[in-house]
Amino acid sequence: MKTVRIIPRLDIKGPNLVKGIHLEGLRVLGKPEDFAQYYYENGADELIYQDVVASLYERNSLKDIISATAKNIFIPLTVGGGIRTQEDIKEILRAGADKVSINTAAVKNPTFIQQASRRFGSSTIVVAIEAIRQPDGKYFIFTDNGREYTGIDAIEWAAQVESLGAGELSVTSVDNEGTGKGLDLELVKRISDSVSIPVIAHGGIGSAKHMAEANVKCSVDAFAVSSILHYDFIKQALHNRAYETEGNIDFLLSGRTKGNIETIGIPDLKNYLNREGISCRV
Amino acid sequence: MEKNVVLVDYGLGNLFSISQAFKKTGVTPVISSDIRDLLQATHIVLPGVGAFGDAMTNLKQLGLISPLLEKVSSGTPLLGVCLGMQLLFEASEEYGVHQGLGLIKGGIKRFPNEIDSKKLRVPNIGWLGIEHADNEKSLKGIPSGEFMYFVHSYYTTPDDSEDVLTTTVYQGFEYCSSVSKNNIVGFQFHPEKSGQSGLKLYDNFINNF
Repeated sequence: MKTVRIIPRLDIKGPNLVKGIHLEGLRVLGKPEDFAQYYYENGADELIYQDVVASLYERNSLKDIISATAKNIFIPLTVGGGIRTQEDIKEILRAGADKVSINTAAVKNPTFIQQASRRFGSSTIVVAIEAIRQPDGKYFIFTDNGREYTGIDAIEWAAQVESLGAGELSVTSVDNEGTGKGLDLELVKRISDSVSIPVIAHGGIGSAKHMAEANVKCSVDAFAVSSILHYDFIKQALHNRAYETEGNIDFLLSGRTKGNIETIGIPDLKNYLNREGISCRV
Repeated sequence: MEKNVVLVDYGLGNLFSISQAFKKTGVTPVISSDIRDLLQATHIVLPGVGAFGDAMTNLKQLGLISPLLEKVSSGTPLLGVCLGMQLLFEASEEYGVHQGLGLIKGGIKRFPNEIDSKKLRVPNIGWLGIEHADNEKSLKGIPSGEFMYFVHSYYTTPDDSEDVLTTTVYQGFEYCSSVSKNNIVGFQFHPEKSGQSGLKLYDNFINNF
C-alpha cells in the first residue's frame, strides 16, 4: 500500500498567513495557527510553513508560531524559508518542527545539504526546487522565491541533491504557482522519474481534479496545497462568524477568490481522490 | 502509583513533540540524560531520529547503556520510538555494522531499491496501516489497519515471530512495524505525529504497563 499525502502549505509573513501569485504579490488571509488547527482536525497528513519574507527580525515570530503549533498539532510540520546555517536548522527543529525545507542555502553551497543530512538525518532535510520553464523546454532553478536566476538545470539538480543526502524534494513550478491552472506535470514527472526519494508536487493546484490528473501521469508522493484549502476554510469561518483577520475583509467577504480556484475541504478532497483510485488516509 | 516517565535525551530525536504528546495523556515526562533520573523512572521512552551508529555512540558516552539494561531487566517498561525501536535490536547494517542494545533478537536492514521491478521510494515517508491480529494491551483501542505516520529507510527483522506486534506493507513490501516482548515495546512509526490514534498508543504505554 501507498497513500498519497495531502499537505496544506501555509505561506507566512510575520504573524500572518498570506497567499501570492508566482510566489509574489502577497495577500493576508489570517492567522496561521487557526488554519493549521483546522487542517489538523480535518485530516491533513502534514503541514508546511513557508516563511516568505524570512527577514531576520521576524524570525522570533516564526519560532513562536512553530512552537504554538507543535503543542497542539500531532502531525509532521516542515518549515522553510531563510534557513542559512546549520544552527538555523537546529533552532527550527528545537522550536518543534520535524523537517526543514532548504532552497537558497543549498544552491549557494551544495555541501550544506550533505552536512545537514548527516547531522540531523536525511529524512529531516527537504530540498525545495523552484523551477521556471525556459523557451527551449528546459527547467532552471531559481532562488529567493523565484526571483534569482541560477542557470542550474532543475532535473540535474534534483539528482545531485538526492546523492548529497536530501530525504525528500518539494517541486514548485514558479510559472504556475498561485494561478490555479494546474501543476506543471512535465516538470514533476521529469524530476520524479530521475530520483528515488519522495517528491512533493506544488504550484498551480486549482482543483481536486488537477491532483487526480497528476497521479495518472506521474508518480507523486504528496501534494502541497494552498489556495483551494485556504479559501475553503475562510468560507467556513466567515459562515461561522468566528473569523478575525488583518486582511482585506471586504475582499474575503465578497466570496471572490482567484478565478481558477475551486475550493474544497480536506475530507471531500480525500474522498474524491480515493474514488479516483488514489489512496489517501481517511 | 505515581508515573515517572523519563524521555532519554541522548542528542537525537524530536524530544519536544514526544514530550507534548505525553502531556496530552496527562503526564509530563522528565527529559534527561542523567543516570539518576533514569534509575528513578517508572517508564522509559527511547526516542531517536538519525543514524544508528551515532545513537549507540552517544548512549555509550553518556554511560546510559548499563543502567538502561538493568532497569529493563528489573521490569521497568521501555518504549522505543523510530530509531529508538531499532536500537532495541542486536545489530544494524546502517553505514557499517553497529551493535545495538540486544533486547530483541534480530537486525536492521535497508529497504530494497525496487520491488517487483518497480521503484521503491526510500525513505518511506507517509501514512500506512498497522496490521495486527492479537489484542495486545499496547494496542488497546487501535483497530487493525489504523494509519500511522512513518519516516524511515531501514526496517527491523526480528528473528522470533512472537516479538512482532504489527506488520505494515509499503508498496507491496511487508515488514515489521512494531515489536513487543514482556515489558518492552517498539514502534517504527511516530505516535507523536500520528494524530489522536498515536496519542492513544502513548496513553496505553503509560496506563497499561
